[in-house]
Amino acid sequence: MGFFLTILTLVVALGLTWRYLGSYMAAVFDGRVHFLGFIERPIYRMLGTSPEQEQTWKRYAGALVIFSAVSIAFTYIILRIQGSLPLNPEHLGNVGSALSFNTSTSFVTNTNWQNYGGETTMSYFSQIGALTVQQFVSPAVGIAVAIAMVRGFARRNSATIGNFWVDITRCLFYILLPIAFIAGIIFVGEGAVETLAGTITFHDALNGVIQTIPRGPIGFMEAIKQLGTNGGGFLDQNSATPFENPTGLTNFLSIFLLLSIPFALTYTFGKMVGSVRHGATLLAAMVLLFGIWVGFTANAEHQNNPAVAAAHVYSPVGNMEGKEVRFGDTSTALFGVSSTMTSTGSADASYDSFTPVGGLGLLSGMMLGEVTPGGTGSGLYTMLVYAIIAVFIGGLMIGRTPEYLGKKIQAREIKLAGLAALVMPITVLVLTALAVSLAVGRAGPENLGPHGFSEILYGLTSQGNNNGSAFGGLTGNTPFYNIIGGIDMLLGRFAIMIPVLAIGGSLAAKNVVPESLGTFRTDNGMFVGLVIGVILIIGGLTFFPAISLGPIVEQLSHLRFF
Amino acid sequence: MLVHLRRSLVMAAICLVFFGFVYAFAGTGVAQVLFRFQADGSVTKNGSLLIGQNWSSPKWFHGRSDDTGPYAASSTQAGGDNPLVANGHDGESAATNLGPRSKVLEANTKELVVYWHKLGVKPTIDLVTTSGSGYDPDISALDATVQIPMVSKATGISPAQLRTLIVRQTHPAQWGFLGSSYIDVLQLNEGLAKLEK
Repeated sequence: MGFFLTILTLVVALGLTWRYLGSYMAAVFDGRVHFLGFIERPIYRMLGTSPEQEQTWKRYAGALVIFSAVSIAFTYIILRIQGSLPLNPEHLGNVGSALSFNTSTSFVTNTNWQNYGGETTMSYFSQIGALTVQQFVSPAVGIAVAIAMVRGFARRNSATIGNFWVDITRCLFYILLPIAFIAGIIFVGEGAVETLAGTITFHDALNGVIQTIPRGPIGFMEAIKQLGTNGGGFLDQNSATPFENPTGLTNFLSIFLLLSIPFALTYTFGKMVGSVRHGATLLAAMVLLFGIWVGFTANAEHQNNPAVAAAHVYSPVGNMEGKEVRFGDTSTALFGVSSTMTSTGSADASYDSFTPVGGLGLLSGMMLGEVTPGGTGSGLYTMLVYAIIAVFIGGLMIGRTPEYLGKKIQAREIKLAGLAALVMPITVLVLTALAVSLAVGRAGPENLGPHGFSEILYGLTSQGNNNGSAFGGLTGNTPFYNIIGGIDMLLGRFAIMIPVLAIGGSLAAKNVVPESLGTFRTDNGMFVGLVIGVILIIGGLTFFPAISLGPIVEQLSHLRFF
Repeated sequence: MLVHLRRSLVMAAICLVFFGFVYAFAGTGVAQVLFRFQADGSVTKNGSLLIGQNWSSPKWFHGRSDDTGPYAASSTQAGGDNPLVANGHDGESAATNLGPRSKVLEANTKELVVYWHKLGVKPTIDLVTTSGSGYDPDISALDATVQIPMVSKATGISPAQLRTLIVRQTHPAQWGFLGSSYIDVLQLNEGLAKLEK
């Protein structure tokens, strides 16, 4: 009953967000929102640009790549010299080079994979100046790419697709900052910590325990961590810790925040191309898959944990190993699916201790390519790539030139879409094969048997999809995993973004073909089914052999332990 | 190319100042003014309400098994109510990360069942599993109820009084449906200490 009400509230809240945040975002990127003009204009002056100076897709991509490289450099340098910087009450030393590379790549690519324990590794300066900054910047970059691609559909005979600097500035100030700040206040009000005063030690006279507990500017980082589908928390155990995620309400708020922008962007898309119905079609495909995944994962987590049941303790409240009492099994499963299907990767439990099918829900949620609804921006643009492929396949079946929103989909777009769709599976599978072939890779997992393989596969799937959640038993802080993980994240981000911008540029240059009776409909239930089919074939079938060796074997090996 | 680089450096600097320091400092300022108690970590006389502690004596209600039996606090073993340092052991927040078909998890659970049976308690699921944070401050009302024989025997307080205490200390799920109902173990034991007086 409680879970049903949770879902109902979530659906209502997200429905309103979809409609109103969606149209607000369209207004922001169309340049119709100005209330922060006094901040916006000086920034454009300092940058030497203006909304009127539009960029071709190549210049847009160039600005994006160089800005991301500079962001990685800034983050890397701060981590490497944090020992000499202020705001370091615990006197933590500099972060090593391989770990700094992995971490800076991770936060700039919106992955937030963490090979470190936050409270014992990162100074307040690093948490604020290196990590939180990128939690704002990386979603803004992702959303900018999605908007640039949408302009490709919306414009006719245009050489340009917008201005990268203007798009990220508007996204940062008009969308991310105000929502994150309000959410941050709620987090702290519920009990999330927000102080610069360092650790606190106390003595409990009742039981004689002396505890030192870590504190920091956590609550406001938490807000942008969820809103920007980042996922990298201040503390090692992320949203499971009461200092990051203290109550049932903050758990719900986290789920709401991380789903809000990715879903709402489909409305923004519809609004900008002049057909909200097309946005709703993509939304329907996202929601259907998301709902199925929530259903079977929550059901799996409501079962007994096999290893605990083997000790003859049976649970009326589901698998509680690695879960927190205040959240319970089904809310934790909802959080997990929301987090893995949005490329967020925050965790309010130990995902490693999920039941085999529950763990499969999280892992396969990422393997679908992070489109249901996917990350901030990355979800929409990857979904549009799948939509283009669906249009192409649909067009082939009925023998017509494929069109989407009046734009002819031709060889160039299909090649680029194919590239964008295949980069992630190839990267993930090749790197997983590499890791299990080498002794340094096999040394990583804590668990034995199929679950050990799942830990490696999960880690590389998560980084390749810029998710950042983990089966935490994998020891990732080794030079091998730091470096292949870094490569995984860079390819999963930029080797998709660049073809996506190229598609945007190529579509913007085309004129619109008038709709005729023969046009293949892309705004009805049939198309929803087609898109879902493409997602399941690319994500599901590509990874099926790998999944069979991990969670499926684990589920089927009845009464065997490893 | 150079113009991209110059703009990137300027933008990165603006973001460092605005979305790093202005955001975090303004947030901390607002938090400290509006919600000082929460922002400082919900710390009361005997510790933080949000951080689990190790209650090993049968005189007290115990929390999750994060620091019990096979998971007893140590610097190498994951688990342990070890937010940073507890009773001299270094640590950080950690879960066991043991998989659902792990022999180690099976063995640890069996060891915990024996541990509880020795205390005269028929353990519930939360009492033989570890949490996600490694220091879950809460247990369910059922987890507290099964510990009544143990606490009653050690303290001499009647089971009826303990049951009343548990009912009084049970927080319902937030807004009636968000998350689960729970009991804060520190508050429960503070209530117990008052009964003892």
